[in-house]
Amino acid sequence: MTTASSQTRLVTAAYDPLARMSAADWLKRNLFSSVWQTLLTLVTAAVLLRFFWFVLDWGVINAVWVTSDPDVCRAATGACWAVIVEKHRPMLFGLYPYDEHWRLVLMMVIYLVTVVVSLMPRNWNLRFLVPLWLVAAVSIGVLMFGGVLGLRYVPTSEWGGLPLTMLLFTGTVLFGMPVAVLLALGRRAPLPVARGVSVVFIEALRGVPLITILFVAVNVFPLFLPAGVQVDKLLRITIGIAIFFACYQAEVIRGGLQAIPRGQYEAAASLSLTYWQTTSRIILPQALRICLPAITNHIIAAMKNTSFVIIIGLFDILTATTAVMQDPLWRKFYVEAYLFVAAVYLFFGYALSLYARKVEKWIASGRI
Amino acid sequence: MSQSTSTQAADAPIISLHNVSKWYGQFQVLCAVDLDVRKGERVVVCGPSGSGKSTLIRCINRLEVHQEGRIFVKGLEMTDNVKNIDAIRRNIGMVFQNFNLFPHLTVLENLTLGPMLTRHMKKADAEDLAMHFLRKVRIPEQARKYPLQLSGGQQQRVAIARSLCMEPEIMLFDEPTSALDPEMIKEVLDTMIELAESGMTMIVVTHEMGFARTVADNVVFMADGRMVESAPPEEFFGNPREERTRTFLDQILKH
Repeated sequence: MTTASSQTRLVTAAYDPLARMSAADWLKRNLFSSVWQTLLTLVTAAVLLRFFWFVLDWGVINAVWVTSDPDVCRAATGACWAVIVEKHRPMLFGLYPYDEHWRLVLMMVIYLVTVVVSLMPRNWNLRFLVPLWLVAAVSIGVLMFGGVLGLRYVPTSEWGGLPLTMLLFTGTVLFGMPVAVLLALGRRAPLPVARGVSVVFIEALRGVPLITILFVAVNVFPLFLPAGVQVDKLLRITIGIAIFFACYQAEVIRGGLQAIPRGQYEAAASLSLTYWQTTSRIILPQALRICLPAITNHIIAAMKNTSFVIIIGLFDILTATTAVMQDPLWRKFYVEAYLFVAAVYLFFGYALSLYARKVEKWIASGRI
Repeated sequence: MSQSTSTQAADAPIISLHNVSKWYGQFQVLCAVDLDVRKGERVVVCGPSGSGKSTLIRCINRLEVHQEGRIFVKGLEMTDNVKNIDAIRRNIGMVFQNFNLFPHLTVLENLTLGPMLTRHMKKADAEDLAMHFLRKVRIPEQARKYPLQLSGGQQQRVAIARSLCMEPEIMLFDEPTSALDPEMIKEVLDTMIELAESGMTMIVVTHEMGFARTVADNVVFMADGRMVESAPPEEFFGNPREERTRTFLDQILKH
């Protein structure tokens, strides 16, 4: 009886005052409770204020927003955001012929709509998604390549900018995820051959830098092809990035597979489900849910790894910006240009992690 | 045994173990076990932990592989032959100590998965069948919930219903009440008693001696991988022949 009531008191002591705390109390408790803490609070506040003032002063108050004259920017003490307005087209679209940029805008609209629609759980139905992606892929292909319907032909060597980044990223995930799942399953397969192949594949490719794999894909791989056979450079590099992605992702998924209790396999066996039925209906859905945060992590990393296409002379958004900033009139303002690129990456990266968090919530609430 | 398919009487055992032995490394878990179970017969297997009773029934649907002896189910021999394993498993439902429900599927999906995938039933038919068995185990109202939202006793009843949806001729129970809180044991045992009354062939590994007394046709006592004694319950509890059986019964019936 005494313990029970003292526990109750402990609980109220911990909760009630917090609920009723005034702003002054909160400040005192959390920021100024001791001399040392007060000092720390003041120093931190000073640093933060200085930083925000700089951002405000450089980035807003003294910034130049629109001008086509670089001298106006040079005269100003603040940021030159005008460089983005001035150069956004080559930054966003790379070497793609200037007059055909509308095709890329349309492509990005189709791409983003397709992706957003596919990410909504209510659309998770292969009878809808497969035709959707086929239509999207064909129309994006027609827009990017041209050569039909009176559109000018544009080879992949002239593709660039944000659309290129999107295509590389999508190719990496769409091709890499199934390979990752197969490698992870292979590593735990009952067949020694499957196990051996998966282990060697994963360990060999995980042990070398991405740049080496891409170098092999671009410069060495063609030597093994029969004369006359050519595989597009862009396709080769996509496969290179995807396989690298798959090896890391496979190990993440293997972690998830190991977390599935043996009883799940036994229950499936006693219902006489086959290996593939058990894997696809019982094991993988649980394993992928378990390692979703780590999977997201690698997907976001894959998005940024697309910038490695620099080594085959393709201009993704980052490389294109570097190239654009060689312009002697504007080169002084490369910081602003790179901040813009960073903002684009941040936008997509953050959107991905927000979505992943949402998916985790759906899983927790049993919606998916 | 292989010709015992058509002509032999209804008396022929539906499950038959001859001289079955199994080792984990050096350790012998099953020593030359013989067991015959006839259609409709209810066998309760008991014994101290580590006596091999779970291993024994897990060999019957090949969750464990025996190394010596022969196991026949409905005249089919359990070997490495995948077709045989599959055919035998289709006839055997299994209920586990830890339920082993699929946590990412609803109760209804847990029940319809097997019939849809292995018996190629249409979704609507599989759902009708599932609801039929959920009513039998008296939890049709939980169909849309996920397993972890249910109590242990409810989960075990779902697991029983899931096995029944495969419409097996034989049910194996591996300590079905050992993971349950005491107040939930009865609801699961009641479900099992009703199943026994419907004529199901059952092998039950359990410490519930009350259940053995009321339901079993035969009680088997195992120790150290051997089948020590096998007798109808009146005889088994009233007048056990073996000293080890008596010691065991003394130990568990006193509490």
